[in-house]
Amino acid sequence: MTKNINVTLKVWRQKGPHVKGGFETYPATDISTDMSFLEMIDCVNEQLTLDGKEPIAFDHDCREGICGMCGAVINGRCHGQEKGTTLCQLHMRHFSNGDTIVIEPWRATAFPMVKDLVVDRSAFDQIILAGGYISVNTGGAPDANSIPIAQEIAELAMDAAACIGCGACVAACPNASAMLFTSAKISQLALLPQGKPEATSRALAMVNKMDELCFGNCSNERECEAECPKEISISNIARLNREFVKAGLVSVVK
Amino acid sequence: MNGLTNPLGTSVGKKLMMAVTGLAFCCFLTIHLAGNLTLYGGKDFFNSYVEHLHSLGSLVTLAELGLLFFALIHVLTGMLLFYQNYNARPARYSVNKRAGGRTLGSATMPYTGVILLLFVIFHLMNFHFVDKTNTTTFQLMSNAFASPVYIFIYTFAVIIAAIHVSHGLWSAFQTLGANHPKYTPFLRGLSIVFSVVIGIGLGFIPVYVSLLR
Repeated sequence: MTKNINVTLKVWRQKGPHVKGGFETYPATDISTDMSFLEMIDCVNEQLTLDGKEPIAFDHDCREGICGMCGAVINGRCHGQEKGTTLCQLHMRHFSNGDTIVIEPWRATAFPMVKDLVVDRSAFDQIILAGGYISVNTGGAPDANSIPIAQEIAELAMDAAACIGCGACVAACPNASAMLFTSAKISQLALLPQGKPEATSRALAMVNKMDELCFGNCSNERECEAECPKEISISNIARLNREFVKAGLVSVVK
Repeated sequence: MNGLTNPLGTSVGKKLMMAVTGLAFCCFLTIHLAGNLTLYGGKDFFNSYVEHLHSLGSLVTLAELGLLFFALIHVLTGMLLFYQNYNARPARYSVNKRAGGRTLGSATMPYTGVILLLFVIFHLMNFHFVDKTNTTTFQLMSNAFASPVYIFIYTFAVIIAAIHVSHGLWSAFQTLGANHPKYTPFLRGLSIVFSVVIGIGLGFIPVYVSLLR
């Protein structure tokens, strides 16, 4: 049933990377409960623009929960309190009339502030560049299913590959660690035959890059797994640990 | 040496060192508890256990040096991890809510760790670095636990240790890569059971000794 509600937003506003930021309070009036959280911010921004104020900057793209662009901490929870959803898929029906909603950006040294709710997540791209790929010579497309892969393994690889790189794992981690992201990217390749040849160098390079970018250290708090919009499991982190031990301590790679 | 220090210096390597040394301390706690349970067999039974243990001579010294070495690794790595993790997020959130992953144990690891370090030093000064020529270990305990302050400190420290291992035990297995739907729930349960056993097993000893007087 559609109804309209009024909520109060406490939004983190920051003009730029090196400017001091703070919370601003805005009313969001006559919000349809059918709206997504981002559509609600759109409405607030329209009003801010009409009032001659700077609209709230936030990242977004597909708005259907598959691109990984959106994300903010809503009342202390990444992407809001609903399980397995991105911020664009969080709907206003999960809020009540009169609620005060605190909206903060992802906070991590490795994700420097850009503006308001926008942070720079290119650190994730650098981790991928360090080894999150396979090297294949170009040529004719190989026949499908020429390499048999067990269904269970394919499923596990697909579960890891569901990661959209939104950064909620880092934002949710009390240590701002990127282990869930990195482990998902390592797992999706390490599980499959195509990823095996480079498994050793990949594990070492991606972990080293992750550390270099000032992400924190995983202490198995399990907050990442609980907040991940794609519900990526920390069993991937255990797999990363195994891959790392194989690569760092028992492999032939020096 | 670079071939070894490089992997161990990474975030995963540091966690591996925490896991291996932490598991060793869990083994030590189990042996310590088993030994101390001889108290319930009476004063003479306990003293004979202590004598038998010390008659192992250089084996005991070797174990002590091993524990000291592991403690240095565990404490120094833990402090480095705490410092790095703080630096990874100097700007905190204004609203903090748990999503269901964090536990009392996992949220307090660095703090319970520091308390345990202080307690271990205190504990060694009470029972290890003392002149035992004219007294027995039981007598030392009996004297110490005559004071309610000592009873409180020891019971408190044991509760802190229980909280620390409630996260530490299963976490060590996860770090070592042992995670499987078949046994991870068992390991998480085992952590809780282990922490309760340690907490009750060691926690009642000061009270029991003071009642024996």
